[in-house]
Amino acid sequence: MATDTRVILICSGKGGVGKTTLTANLGISLARQGLTTAVLDADFGLRNLDLLLGLENRIVYTAQEVLEEECRLDQALVKHKQESNLSLLPAGNPRMLDWLKPDDMKRIVEMLKEQFNYVLIDCPAGVEDGFKNAMAASQEAIVVTNPEVSAVRDADRVIGLLNTNSIKPVQLVLNRVRPKMMANQEMLSIDDVTDILALPLLGLVLEDEQVIVSTNRGEPLTLNSLNSPAAKCYLNIAKRLQGEDIPLIDPAEESSGLGAKFRRLMQTKIF
Amino acid sequence: MAMTLRDIINKLLRRQPASASTARERLQLVLAHDRSDLSTELLDQMRKEILEVVAKYVEIDVDEGAVSLETEDRMTALVANLPIKRTMTGQIKLKEPKNESEENSQQTAGTDQNS
Ligand SMILES: Nc1ncnc2c1ncn2[C@@H]1O[C@H](COP(=O)(O)OP(=O)(O)OP(=O)(O)O)[C@@H](O)[C@H]1O
Ligand SMILES: [Mg+2]
Repeated sequence: MATDTRVILICSGKGGVGKTTLTANLGISLARQGLTTAVLDADFGLRNLDLLLGLENRIVYTAQEVLEEECRLDQALVKHKQESNLSLLPAGNPRMLDWLKPDDMKRIVEMLKEQFNYVLIDCPAGVEDGFKNAMAASQEAIVVTNPEVSAVRDADRVIGLLNTNSIKPVQLVLNRVRPKMMANQEMLSIDDVTDILALPLLGLVLEDEQVIVSTNRGEPLTLNSLNSPAAKCYLNIAKRLQGEDIPLIDPAEESSGLGAKFRRLMQTKIF
Repeated sequence: MAMTLRDIINKLLRRQPASASTARERLQLVLAHDRSDLSTELLDQMRKEILEVVAKYVEIDVDEGAVSLETEDRMTALVANLPIKRTMTGQIKLKEPKNESEENSQQTAGTDQNS
């Protein structure tokens, strides 16, 4: 039995910024570090976490049957084939949204806390009931955003709500970073986003085509494509969560050669 | 606001600034409003009243005056930029007469009548 379980909400406000991909990859990475991890799909309307983990065909029961006491928790948990420390609690039928209350989410999480070191909650987009239910059951949060105005604005809304609900710590993951665009100052920089949102940066994730390939296969990058740029980022995030002091990658270093040197020169702050 | 070498070259060549700085400025503005829950009408009214108050003491360029919300580190500040008109000799133009307490009461009375 785990006593000091960390329950982390993975949220964003805006949809499609990379919450589910982060949840899947963090789940794999933490499990690989020997930590028992449960990933809870709280996106009951549009569940996807099962697909990203390649577990969609192994679902028998879901959170819904657990709540209705039609099955035990361990009957609903789907253990990952390769990473046995990782289990998925699948989302139930979308109609659950009609009756699900914050207390229901709390009940599920309390049950998970008895067995796992980490509970990662994959939150639905938006700031409505789905988000609020998931927040009610969480202690800390990771806000995922992209270096784009709409994603940052929505992240700010969510951070405000997390603050008023005493969720802490709240940390930031900046996903889909394109070093070249940042160097050309055609994309908000890391500093821009962290300054504006005033959150500690847990990590950044590079834009990486391999993410799509891994989704096609149902095998998160951190499972067996460890050399892809995004996989390294996800692994670093998992290590930092565990308190390891891993330096941030410098996006400017990612684009190399003479052109990159020139772009760095152009980025020099004059005043 | 920080300026980079690229920003300066763009300025010199009269090119559009790189879009990241535009994004940053637009975000700072929109977030200041999002965070404050102040509607544009309320902010407008506040702007007007602040200008009126300041205009009681110094001559300001009302058309150039700007009051805005700015935000940094999740702190939002009300920032007023009110250009003060100067006399020919470069002094700040104060409203006369200069007897302050008298002037104050007169002004207050004046406002009361208006409202
Ligand atoms: N680092 C990345 N590089 C390239 N593509 C990415 C990256 N991260 C996410 N994506 C792509 O972005 C899309 C959305 O990702 P994901 O489903 O994880 O977002 P989400 O925040 O969970 O979305 P929703 O709000 O709909 O639940 C997917 O197609 C995914 O492949
Ligand atoms: Mg998702």
